[in-house]
Amino acid sequence: MKITRRQMLVLLPAAAIAWEHVMAGTPEAAPNYTMSEHWWSMLIDIPKCIGCGNCVRACKEENDVPDGFFRTWVERYHVEDEDMTNPTVISPDGGKEGFPPVEKEDEGKYFFVPKLCNHCADSPCTQVCPVGATFVTPDGVVLVDQKYCLGCAYCVQACPYGCRYIHPQKEVADKCTLCYHRITKGLTTACCEACPTGARQLVDLKNPNDPIHEFLRTHAVQILKPQMATGAKVYYNGLDGSVR
Amino acid sequence: MGVFKDAGHLFRFLAIFVFLFIAFWVIRGFVVPKSFGKYGHYRAASIDEIAAHPLHFAGHEACETCHVDVANVKKDGKHAHVNCEACHGALQKHAEDPASLTPTKPDTATLCVRCHEYSAARPKNFPQVHAAEHSTGLPCETCHQPHSPAMTSGGAK
Amino acid sequence: MSGVEGYMYPNEINLYWSVLIVLYPYITGLVAGAFILASLERVFNVTAVKPTYRLALLTALSFLIVAPLPLQFHLGHPERSPEMYFTPHSTSAMAMFGYVYLWYLMAVLTFEIWLDYRREIVLMSQKSKGLVRVIYKIMTLGSNNISERALHIDEKVSWIVTLVGIPSAFLLHGYVGFIFGSIKANPWWSSPLMPVVFIFSAMVSGIACVMVLYMAVTKLRGKTIDMKCVDTIAMYLFYTFIIDFSLEMLDLIHRIYEADESFRTLDFMVHTKLYFSQIVVQIIFGTLVPLLLLAITQLVKLPEIARKRMYAVAGALTLIGIFAMRWNVVIGGQLFSKSFLGYTTYKMSLVTKEGLLVAVGLTLLPLAILWVLVKLLPPWTDGHSAEGVAAD
Repeated sequence: MKITRRQMLVLLPAAAIAWEHVMAGTPEAAPNYTMSEHWWSMLIDIPKCIGCGNCVRACKEENDVPDGFFRTWVERYHVEDEDMTNPTVISPDGGKEGFPPVEKEDEGKYFFVPKLCNHCADSPCTQVCPVGATFVTPDGVVLVDQKYCLGCAYCVQACPYGCRYIHPQKEVADKCTLCYHRITKGLTTACCEACPTGARQLVDLKNPNDPIHEFLRTHAVQILKPQMATGAKVYYNGLDGSVR
Repeated sequence: MGVFKDAGHLFRFLAIFVFLFIAFWVIRGFVVPKSFGKYGHYRAASIDEIAAHPLHFAGHEACETCHVDVANVKKDGKHAHVNCEACHGALQKHAEDPASLTPTKPDTATLCVRCHEYSAARPKNFPQVHAAEHSTGLPCETCHQPHSPAMTSGGAK
Repeated sequence: MSGVEGYMYPNEINLYWSVLIVLYPYITGLVAGAFILASLERVFNVTAVKPTYRLALLTALSFLIVAPLPLQFHLGHPERSPEMYFTPHSTSAMAMFGYVYLWYLMAVLTFEIWLDYRREIVLMSQKSKGLVRVIYKIMTLGSNNISERALHIDEKVSWIVTLVGIPSAFLLHGYVGFIFGSIKANPWWSSPLMPVVFIFSAMVSGIACVMVLYMAVTKLRGKTIDMKCVDTIAMYLFYTFIIDFSLEMLDLIHRIYEADESFRTLDFMVHTKLYFSQIVVQIIFGTLVPLLLLAITQLVKLPEIARKRMYAVAGALTLIGIFAMRWNVVIGGQLFSKSFLGYTTYKMSLVTKEGLLVAVGLTLLPLAILWVLVKLLPPWTDGHSAEGVAAD
């Protein structure tokens, strides 16, 4: 982004006002919400995903995600028999407008993998932030303080899942907030709301009535890149070993 | 005494350090946001700021409070678990003030195939058709009512 | 989405760390290396390199002043960079930067240079006129005590500062290596050897830089090059280079032998997208050729003119090679997908905030600063140092 001198003159007082706002803090947004009573995550049920792209579009709309960047996206895997280490993966425009017809109908298997921030409990991205502009909230969501972020992109480098990017206009780190503005109001995330098959489900691990507990007991569930020991909290049901 | 006298210039250099150090702490006290460190090494107020972002999707509960009739049709059909805004798009504005925004009716020609067009990548148990052959150009709703699409539960209306 | 082969996670297609982040470890490395060279004379009593002692210090200072600028240009919000000082995150290697940098700038380099030049500063503040006099006056900090005893104390303190300065220089650049080496998400970076490799490559580049600068500046001044000094520097350059190269080869062999999940991807990258910058520039022309040239000067007794030329070529190639090494670390680490399924391309822009022109400007800026510093604080040992200033 180029800033002319004239724009700078306008921006400086604006920045000063913004900073005052940063200093003062804002009033409590959801007064009936207690952070310590929740521990948020998500369940992705791969056998239910049909690759329609609804989640990607919903996320873009709900969170004003810039073009070419993704807080959530869907990948289509093609794994040939006996070649698990060489999957062919596509995600045209993040799967936003769905996927083209498959090329090799009868060879190997195809499946969709929705991706989003794993809201890691031991998140490598928050670890490296030099100023404390990204953090894990007491209710288990990894957020970015966009009024404090320097835009150094160290967190982008540290995320093993490619879930972060630098917002091209705001020039700060941006990522999935797990629709924090929704889940703190008792709503589900935009992607879950828009998913037609229930392949994505918001999960509150601290809620004893959440069906996730029964699900985790009865299914073989996996997280992405467990070798990274990030404490990833997005659980995948039916995840193929070829998925990275 | 002589040592101190001849090392006097070193203390001058040191004094600059001390001065800068004190200045740093004074400035720091002013500029670090008040809520910084409340829960951890970050600005606690930012949590509330993020929680205050505007909604775009109203959520199906909001839709169902007014559109009871549709909700009733939908709840027994195949699309019972498909939320309203999955097809109709984000409508928080409409939910807040129904008069301000009249939702446009989705075009079934593009809407239905998004999920139901055949693809070998889709789960086998998911209902899929080759749309071109299946309907020979007829709009989907000729036979299927979107809110309850099974043919037996109503069909063309 | 041009420039993408295979599959990249969609957010990975753009590179987030540009040529400026290549420049940053390069410049910090020169600082650390130049300082280590200066400390040879002071702490280890290698008197042969005395002619470069002050030049090395001034070189380190001018590069250190510029070191944070590439970061500032890179930041999306440079105005927020003081946050690094006010709320440094204890688990972030990058947060260390501010403090290590300030420590190094103020407590080590500036202090040591001030102590070393104090006699000249006081003399010049009495001799010179006008604005220059004011500048020198400020630099004396209002103390004109240059009695023998005071200078003796300076000498002792300066020795301690240099002693503290060596681990500080290691810290300054070692942590830059740690910034990359500690990223477990990136197999190209993640290695405990990274800080060590960075320190030794820093010493290599810093020593080469001062050697080339000394020869060039002496030539420009029309003075004779002290060959004993340059021979000694070249010898140190040769040995540190061997350690540096061994460490890098150790890293490479380890990767090839272990051949973990990332190996195929990285191996392919080195043979395609990084082939020119890694194999050709860094390893062949940036390492093997200068090592060979330096080895010849060590083994064969050559005439002075031949040695000079070989040192100049070896030094220049070394500087290019170390730059290529930084490039391959920083840019190479972003060219492959963390899914290990594809590659992207770095397109360097020309005139943007993070473009080529800014990078070139920031590379030349330290030389301009050095020019000013040399005018203000002449580092020459041939002839009276105060003379140069008086002549201006």
